[in-house]
Amino acid sequence: MATDKSNFQLVVNGILNENPIFRLVLSMCPAVGISTTVMNGFMLGIAVLFVQVFSSCTIALFQNKIHPRIRIPTYTLTIATWVTVIDLVLAAYLPEAYAKMGIFVKLIVAFAIITMRLEMFASKESVTASFWDGIGMGLGFMFGMMALGFVRELLGLGTILGYDVLGFKPLLFFVLPFAGFFCVGLMMAFFNYLESVYKRAKQRV
Amino acid sequence: MKIKMGTDLFFGQPVRCSATIAPAKNKSVPIFVLALFCLALLPGFARAEGMISQTGFSGEREISLSFSQPLAPEVAGNPASYVVYEEADPDIRLAVSEVALAADQRSAVLTFAAPLNTLQPHVVALPALTPAGAEVETFRVSKPYLGYLLSILISALLINNFVFTKYLGLCVFFGTSKRKDTAKGMGFTFTLVIVVSAIMSWFFYQFILKPFHLNFLQIVIFIGLVSLTVQAVDTVLRKVNPALFRAFGVYLVLVIANCIIIAVPLILADNEYNFFETFMLSLGAGGGFLLALYLMSSVRERMELANIPPAFKGIPIAFIVAGQFALAFLGFSGLNLF
Repeated sequence: MATDKSNFQLVVNGILNENPIFRLVLSMCPAVGISTTVMNGFMLGIAVLFVQVFSSCTIALFQNKIHPRIRIPTYTLTIATWVTVIDLVLAAYLPEAYAKMGIFVKLIVAFAIITMRLEMFASKESVTASFWDGIGMGLGFMFGMMALGFVRELLGLGTILGYDVLGFKPLLFFVLPFAGFFCVGLMMAFFNYLESVYKRAKQRV
Repeated sequence: MKIKMGTDLFFGQPVRCSATIAPAKNKSVPIFVLALFCLALLPGFARAEGMISQTGFSGEREISLSFSQPLAPEVAGNPASYVVYEEADPDIRLAVSEVALAADQRSAVLTFAAPLNTLQPHVVALPALTPAGAEVETFRVSKPYLGYLLSILISALLINNFVFTKYLGLCVFFGTSKRKDTAKGMGFTFTLVIVVSAIMSWFFYQFILKPFHLNFLQIVIFIGLVSLTVQAVDTVLRKVNPALFRAFGVYLVLVIANCIIIAVPLILADNEYNFFETFMLSLGAGGGFLLALYLMSSVRERMELANIPPAFKGIPIAFIVAGQFALAFLGFSGLNLF
């Protein structure tokens, strides 16, 4: 059962149409918890991209060998293995960034988005398609996290990637931990509004 | 058989006791539970021996001491003659700002400059009263153990609620909080699975991972145990109580996509919790999730009737509401019941 989409379409699909954060509303824990800066979002995005791509490829490779009744535990253990790998790598080579992300790197193992993509896509499609789908989903997650981090860092601290761009702090509220909920809600509503405006414009033409 | 009895008791259905269980074994269970409770209580009543006969926290920045014999007021009334530190950090001495000695010189209340972390056991010593050359006697100050356990439970339930103050388990939280029935089903299933899997994780961590230095396998082992628990509960429930399985079976798959289920074993491994602390933390985490789900579903059921801007309908407004709950839960910080 091959997908009828090209590799490029698969990547774009992950970033726009099925964006894990704003469209599928999966993996919200890090989106609320540690999206305070662009850098945090980027680092966790890299980790998720790695885990998603490698798990997708592994499952796609062994899809015919996995018994359907034990498929969920198999997916979980596959993800856990790759999470262990990235967890140890980050702890060894980027200890500062790792300390900032805290427990969330280990929690990638329970992110719904990865299991869902394995169940919906990688267990049915070829290795190449799964690879590109994994890239798309990972990038979609990364861009979602970075967009959230961009808004929160700019509005809360007046900086981007640590560089002072505004010279003042507009709304300190946005870097407070619980503001993640408000920020995600407001941005989702904003994207919904954009979409409705776009659709209306299309109808008129 | 034990599981069957347990589930039936829990949901208020008549208990069908099978003849295979000997009556004597049945009787011994409550006695065993009682003995466990007494054991848990014991450390609270244990008295320190020697110069100081009784210790305890009497306030956020106070420690009260009782002496076995009257002490000289110039020594016992002098803040400089006391050495106090947390048991975990013997190098960090806590400054005693004031000592109130009772009239009969048999008890004193130490007041500290900064609030104490009363969850940690503290150590008090009186080096000035020790004869030269002898080892300084130390006295342990700790809360009653049961109170400490309850404070872990309350902390996981309210103060550090996993959903509203640690931002974990949100996917499942937003997915299953549309109806009160779903919220209750998910909450109970989750609590059951997390208590069982956290206790198993504790055993694996203490007796396999730690002795053999396999700490890097934490994630794989813990998530594996969760899958195992989910599969086991699924199989047992399907055979033992099909009605219950029809009600709660669908939520079992979702349990594994919940970050809290893996966060709790990681936290208890980091903090080196013992068995009772593990039980309380997992119960608090499950109960806290149930509480959060129930609160949220109550609001979302009412919101369906409200007039919400179209762009905010559904998930966006749920996020805003969750943010307000998180703000409200900030009010629990600093809560100190026990």
